[in-house]
Amino acid sequence: MRKVYLDNNATTRMREEVLEAMLPYYKDIYGNPSSIHLFGRSARTAIDAARAKVANLLGAASTEEIIFTSGGTEADNFAIRGVAHALKAKGNHIITSSIEHHAILNTCKFMEKEGYKTTYLPVDKDGVVDLDALKNAITDKTILITIMYANNEVGTIQPIEEIAKIAKDRGACFHTDAVQAAGKVPFELKSMNIDLASVSGHKIYGPKGIGALYVKKGTKITPFLYGGHHEMGKRAGTENVAGIVGFGRAAELARKEVSEEARKLTGLRDYLYKGMIDQIQYVTLNGHPTKRLPNTLNVRFKYLEGESIILNLDIEGIAVSTGSACTSGSLEPSHVLTAMGVDPADTQGSIRFSLGMDNTKEDMDYVLQVLPPIISRLRDMSPLFENKEK
Amino acid sequence: MEGQYSEKVMEHFRNPRNVGEIPDASGVGNVGNPVCGDIMRLYIKVDENEVITDAKFKTFGCGAAIATSSMVTELVKGKTVDEALKVSNHAVAEALGGLPKIKMHCSVLAEEALKSAIDDYLKRKHQPSD
Repeated sequence: MRKVYLDNNATTRMREEVLEAMLPYYKDIYGNPSSIHLFGRSARTAIDAARAKVANLLGAASTEEIIFTSGGTEADNFAIRGVAHALKAKGNHIITSSIEHHAILNTCKFMEKEGYKTTYLPVDKDGVVDLDALKNAITDKTILITIMYANNEVGTIQPIEEIAKIAKDRGACFHTDAVQAAGKVPFELKSMNIDLASVSGHKIYGPKGIGALYVKKGTKITPFLYGGHHEMGKRAGTENVAGIVGFGRAAELARKEVSEEARKLTGLRDYLYKGMIDQIQYVTLNGHPTKRLPNTLNVRFKYLEGESIILNLDIEGIAVSTGSACTSGSLEPSHVLTAMGVDPADTQGSIRFSLGMDNTKEDMDYVLQVLPPIISRLRDMSPLFENKEK
Repeated sequence: MEGQYSEKVMEHFRNPRNVGEIPDASGVGNVGNPVCGDIMRLYIKVDENEVITDAKFKTFGCGAAIATSSMVTELVKGKTVDEALKVSNHAVAEALGGLPKIKMHCSVLAEEALKSAIDDYLKRKHQPSD
């Protein structure tokens, strides 16, 4: 059976080149990077090189602005807790959006227990943060604004430079969760007013269990883990050397290929969407029509429930998801679609197709061959569809 | 989550029994709401001996909702109305080889759909025909 993986926003297949780069660090080069002997120095050299590659992917001004973490979630936790604690004397107000990843939302909720206040900004129907609401929400107590670069469920890209500019003008620190944007859209952090950015290895064809927080020089942040002097004294613990090396290699390849890959994936994504609307009735795009990640297509199939579509596609070898992989154990409708004002009944029938570098036109054709009969069979079974016909 | 479905659930999901409507049904039950992600409509045909001779369903919902709808229609066919009233959500879940905990509410919904269809049948029966 043909297998088509279209869940690349959940995770990606690690590239062969990445695995090859990592293997020596699981075998021969096992020294502790903090040791001064040859074994240690070899590992240290590899980490330095990887840090430079990640810095280069993000367009950081200096390699010291990259702090390796265990992944995107830790980077988000680190940014919010670290900045909030460092700036406690200045204020207690955090601003975020209502469509953030749970790594942000639940960290903000935790901070509220510590006495911080959070404002959750609304978004429009395309999932774009309301800039007027942002301007109005800022007070002299606002210490941190955290808005994602691009949304994981619908792919909408925020007007991140405008948001960063507003934050800078009002003297608030600005963090962006760039986990979905890095490697998919090019950007240069050194020429933007972004103080902190979270990234993850496994979203860019690298290994799982490794990520980084970009911290612009001069940004006040308390350490996340206490211990040795690792990671500029901000995140103690013996480094995940192989993971860091793999992340570095993935970042190096992503930097080189990002523009070409974005062009290719946009083409495939739009071809898939066009095929769907040509063949299936009552299909609506979730997310911004153009300001969207090149690989992300989130659509809702009216009168249907998402899991039944996913299971049927899975039977045919096609892997997709309803929204974020992290929320698939929950029965709640997507907080992202709800914030975008999608009718609660319609949020149920939304499916995310997130493409990756391995996908081909033949994959899209296979989906377009398999999907329409599934939708039609499920709609024949749906009492909602029948009401509609009458 | 999906991986936790039993083979029996997946089998009923792939090949649901008794999908459709009964135009001259003796009773129809409607339960659930779209916001929660499940709606079931269950039709029963009851003969003069109070035996359920046919049952059909239409369902909007997840894999478990479709499988429990399919199973409950299978379980009640051939039963008397009184016997059918004793079919519990646990019986439906058990017949499917169990359900993931988070999906147990689907079996409750199937039981409610059945009860609602029987209620409708009983109401119609006791209504004077004009």
